[in-house]
Amino acid sequence: MASANPTYRLLIALVLAVVLIALDQRSRWVEPVRYGFGYLTAPVHYLAHLPVDAVNGFMRLTETRTKLMESRERLERQVLILEQKVQRLAVLQAENTRLRELLNSSANLDASVLVAEIIGVDPDPNRQELVINKGVRDDVAQGQAVLDSEGLIGQVVETGPLSARVLLITDASHAMSVQVNRNGVRAILAGTGQGSRLRLLYVPDTADIREGDLLVSTGLGQLYPRGYPVARVVSVRHHSGAAFSEIEARPTAHLDRVSHVLLVQSMEPVSGPDMEREPGDAAAGGEEAADAAQ
Amino acid sequence: MQLNSERPAGTGVILVTLVLAALLEVVPLSDNLDWVRPEWLLLVLLYWVLSLPHRIGVLWGFMVGLYQDVLVGTTLGQWGLAYALGAYFMLAAYKRMRVFPPLQQSAVVFLLVGSAQLLAYLVQESVGRTFYPPYTILYSAAASAVIWRPLCALLRWVQLRFLVR
Repeated sequence: MASANPTYRLLIALVLAVVLIALDQRSRWVEPVRYGFGYLTAPVHYLAHLPVDAVNGFMRLTETRTKLMESRERLERQVLILEQKVQRLAVLQAENTRLRELLNSSANLDASVLVAEIIGVDPDPNRQELVINKGVRDDVAQGQAVLDSEGLIGQVVETGPLSARVLLITDASHAMSVQVNRNGVRAILAGTGQGSRLRLLYVPDTADIREGDLLVSTGLGQLYPRGYPVARVVSVRHHSGAAFSEIEARPTAHLDRVSHVLLVQSMEPVSGPDMEREPGDAAAGGEEAADAAQ
Repeated sequence: MQLNSERPAGTGVILVTLVLAALLEVVPLSDNLDWVRPEWLLLVLLYWVLSLPHRIGVLWGFMVGLYQDVLVGTTLGQWGLAYALGAYFMLAAYKRMRVFPPLQQSAVVFLLVGSAQLLAYLVQESVGRTFYPPYTILYSAAASAVIWRPLCALLRWVQLRFLVR
């Protein structure tokens, strides 16, 4: 019978698995396998999301008239405020372009966006990832930045035919370059693996970063677009004797509450030399700070 | 149990139970409940290995594991490895398993699920995607052991109702 030698089959499976793991780490050769399975896994994610959709639909049906009126009024007010801001923005943008031309630097490109819905959250507590309902068929590509209305959420790390996975900025394996909006101090913002907690790495004790500072993306690393809000500093602790201060931040985006996200389609070109200089800056600054402390 | 000489039937039913398990695997839970989410796919797989060892074995385990990998976005082969090994252990133990009292069965399931998860954890560790310490997989293994008997009864009913053999 077929079950004659399961040990032999186990060996085949083990070898195959190890080869797959190695290939998945080192190359993109196994992408087609993943892509193929994607046709089978995406429906499960869609199905799992169905009850949420149904509840939301029901809530919308049963909303009262007064509530709708209220929300409409609120939205109208919001539109008014935003329109006023956009008026100023047009002038500022034109001015910015002119100044950039004077400086001979590349122009800010307007990024086009795609709206996607979140249909799944990673069940593994070790990983902070989301599944969205747009895939390769909607021109989603790996490395695209993902935002909500309040700020950056993460990046696309895996694309299936009908869905894609987004690595959140709070994942322990995630780090990105940010700068303080107030004064342009740059630092590396890393995830901690816990929802809504981020850390600034290698910030010298003397750096001018305070509680409440807004951190925006710098565009270095060429993955994230420049100038989007990412996080707000919630605590700064200085340790005497330590080279770096301990700075915690909270994402401006509501990572645990969003239901729709924006995918940014095109990137703004950034100049090369900046990228290489950046980590060195932080390290050098750290040494200075350590010397100063002694 | 069905006789080995009978013609296999009900592969569709097996696949449906696996898809339902996959659904339970990704259905959104609160952060705290995620810790005790049983390994549904592995449990359903183990049941089918236990009851149809002549049909469902290591290679099924491997394929279901690969499916789980893509479903939860882990390194391709991580769960394939773990599930293949889980299925293999079950194949080696199914005769004893069938005569074990319920508590002992749950204990074996705890060990099987735990060792499969440990293997998966090691792979995840090696690619640098772990954050919590390894003992945290025990919660989910324990939940799997607790849910094993009821799940078994349910799948047994499904098997008899749809004549899977």
